[in-house]
Amino acid sequence: MNCTKCPTSTRAVIGLPRHNAAFCKGCFTTFVHEQVARAIKSFKMFTPEERILVAVSGGKDSLALWHILLKLGYRADALYVNLGIGSYSEESHRKVQHYADTVAAAHGAKLIVHVVEQEAGAGIRELATVLHRPTCSTCGTIKRYQFNRAAVEQDYDVMATGHNLDDEAARLLGNVLHWQEEYLDKQSPTLPASVEGFAKKVKPLCRLSEREIAAYAVVNRIDYIVEECPMAKGSKMILYKEVLNRLETESPGTKQRFYWGFLEKQTKPEPAAESMAEKDQRTLHPCTTCGQPTTADTCSYCKMMAKAKTATPR
Amino acid sequence: MIVQLSHPQRQVEIKGPKRTKEVLRELNLVIEAHLVIRGDELVTEDELLADADRIEIRPVISGG
Ligand code: SF4
Ligand SMILES: [Zn+2]
Ligand SMILES: [Zn+2]
Repeated sequence: MNCTKCPTSTRAVIGLPRHNAAFCKGCFTTFVHEQVARAIKSFKMFTPEERILVAVSGGKDSLALWHILLKLGYRADALYVNLGIGSYSEESHRKVQHYADTVAAAHGAKLIVHVVEQEAGAGIRELATVLHRPTCSTCGTIKRYQFNRAAVEQDYDVMATGHNLDDEAARLLGNVLHWQEEYLDKQSPTLPASVEGFAKKVKPLCRLSEREIAAYAVVNRIDYIVEECPMAKGSKMILYKEVLNRLETESPGTKQRFYWGFLEKQTKPEPAAESMAEKDQRTLHPCTTCGQPTTADTCSYCKMMAKAKTATPR
Repeated sequence: MIVQLSHPQRQVEIKGPKRTKEVLRELNLVIEAHLVIRGDELVTEDELLADADRIEIRPVISGG
């Protein structure tokens, strides 16, 4: 497979069926940067002057996001929350610190660290047990709180998270399956600072799939934690993602059409739709041959029968 | 060839030469959810992998 963008035949490192393309390292990096730049622009996320706080976990999405923003010349610092989940937290903390020291520092960007155990006296698994709450919901509350607090207290203009196309499509599928309409509003890639003390939140990776972001991390030698948080095992999100990926394999572009189609509908509300009866009254009239309603002169049944009678049998 | 897999970490052996997509199919893995890495380079689905190759198949799905 060769790069579809280079004039000379350069070996491709990734094929992107949903874009009918394959890219070499250089062209793929350019493609990813362009997709992020387009998301930033079309959803009015931030300007080059604004200060951005990236929520990093040590995983591919958030580290790639930090990297891309720095490469695009944005002023992006990062916050890491150490959840105190054994070796998973230790290793992810190391990866984030390593990236901050070896790459981000050279761009003048800093890493802020919050250790849950230091403030709460225990890791999130122990906290969840004493609070009788699921670990992930405890974790979600703590992370949202810490990120928002850091962003507001340290005067960042906007908080960026590494949510990608797969995250958003899977979440949309979950919300639609359960008709959780009140959550649909929160799926926009830009959420304004609605009230005082609430940071503006953006998702600049919303145009890129998980696979594309992981590939970007490999191509650009970003050392991220491949191991998953042990609490994620068996989550509904993973099931939704697997289902969507099976659909994607059969018909490339499914995830993108599903999520972007939703965003388009959300931004451009349709004018009061004509009812089905009104539309039928406007478009249907009697068939010239049989009198049954049709949009054409002769209905498709009469056309089919006429053709069958004139065709020579084989 | 030796294939390194994650979640959980393990190794399996697959007879080469074979194209990347055939290796994935043999292991019942969806391309959209994985990357295939040889050395430290990505390989595409039509790449021919030799019997002597060592590859890593890395999952890209995360559940958070
Ligand atoms: S899987 Fe659950 S506990 Fe782990 S980081 Fe995600 S939300 Fe937190
Ligand atoms: Zn190229
Ligand atoms: Zn008719």
